[in-house]
Amino acid sequence: MRQDEMTPVVKTIAAILFPLIIIFSFYVIMHGHLTPGGGFQGGAIGASAIVMLIAAYGAKYVRERAKEENLSIFESIGGIVFVLVGLLGFLATSAFLYNFLVGEPLFGTIPPFGSNSGILNSGGILPILNIAVGMKVIGGLASVVLVMALAGGDEE
Amino acid sequence: MKWVAFVVFAAFLLYAAYELHPFGELDDSRMDDYIISNAQNETAANNAVTSVVFDYRGYDTLGEATVLFTAIAGALVVLRRVKK
Amino acid sequence: MIYSIPFYTVVILILVGLYAMIFKRNLIKMAIGLTIVESAVNLFLVTLGYREGGVAPIYTNLPSGISIPEGMVLPVPQALTLTSIVIGVAILALMLSLSMMIYRHYGTLDSRKVRRLKE
Repeated sequence: MRQDEMTPVVKTIAAILFPLIIIFSFYVIMHGHLTPGGGFQGGAIGASAIVMLIAAYGAKYVRERAKEENLSIFESIGGIVFVLVGLLGFLATSAFLYNFLVGEPLFGTIPPFGSNSGILNSGGILPILNIAVGMKVIGGLASVVLVMALAGGDEE
Repeated sequence: MKWVAFVVFAAFLLYAAYELHPFGELDDSRMDDYIISNAQNETAANNAVTSVVFDYRGYDTLGEATVLFTAIAGALVVLRRVKK
Repeated sequence: MIYSIPFYTVVILILVGLYAMIFKRNLIKMAIGLTIVESAVNLFLVTLGYREGGVAPIYTNLPSGISIPEGMVLPVPQALTLTSIVIGVAILALMLSLSMMIYRHYGTLDSRKVRRLKE
């Protein structure tokens, strides 16, 4: 057994819990315009799932599966989608980050006034921005913790 | 010398907390009343906090995403491993 | 019957964080003190927007009997606190990576011994 591994009980529980935490983080990100939550909160939950894998299996094992260059590309795609959606609003109307999808059939159902059970199809450009910010936070926080765990482990 | 400055600063902060408005009573909240009343018509979302973060003040969220990107890029550059 | 206890909690947390930043010599303890001060400021920003007896400003499955603008808490301070929390996380990541490089270069984490340029 290597220096930074854990016992098989911890490794089994981490392998069972990892897809459940990822699904919960996607649920919090996608329902950001209906329930408390959104991009930053769901991104923090997804990053803590990857940190749990680093703590259970060791940093070198996780680095072979997901390199830090791929995590950086994942983060950059989120940032580019945010700016592109803002520029699309600038070209459709005369304001940056204008909510141009209210009333359209894609994401634009206006909910009735007052208390109602939520409609997933509503929200304008808010679900697209939530997904972009969620990708940015997951990629950024996971790559920082991975690089720190790698740099602290190879000192002989 | 450090203790004198610390005690003076603590006294100043406690006096400032004594002179604030009482907790739970607001005197002027017209902007937030407008946002709560018209958030469902203009942004088509049920959540007023998310519509403030991404629609009424979306430019601040863009600046915050830039700060997060810059800090993470700085941390990755400092801890780079040079291959021999 | 609350008598502004959250404001005094904020002041006590700021004093604890300032004590850890001024009077300790280890670099990691200074970073912990800065994080405590940042948490206290976020708490202060959230408790500025409280209305007595209010619910969260979310329209999904709202309980009945809430008047629409006057029975809800203000949403704008919560949005500003979200930005502040994320910036605090970014600052903490940068501080810890810089202190790791200082330890690798000098061999110690005492803030009185890392002043000279190493020959």
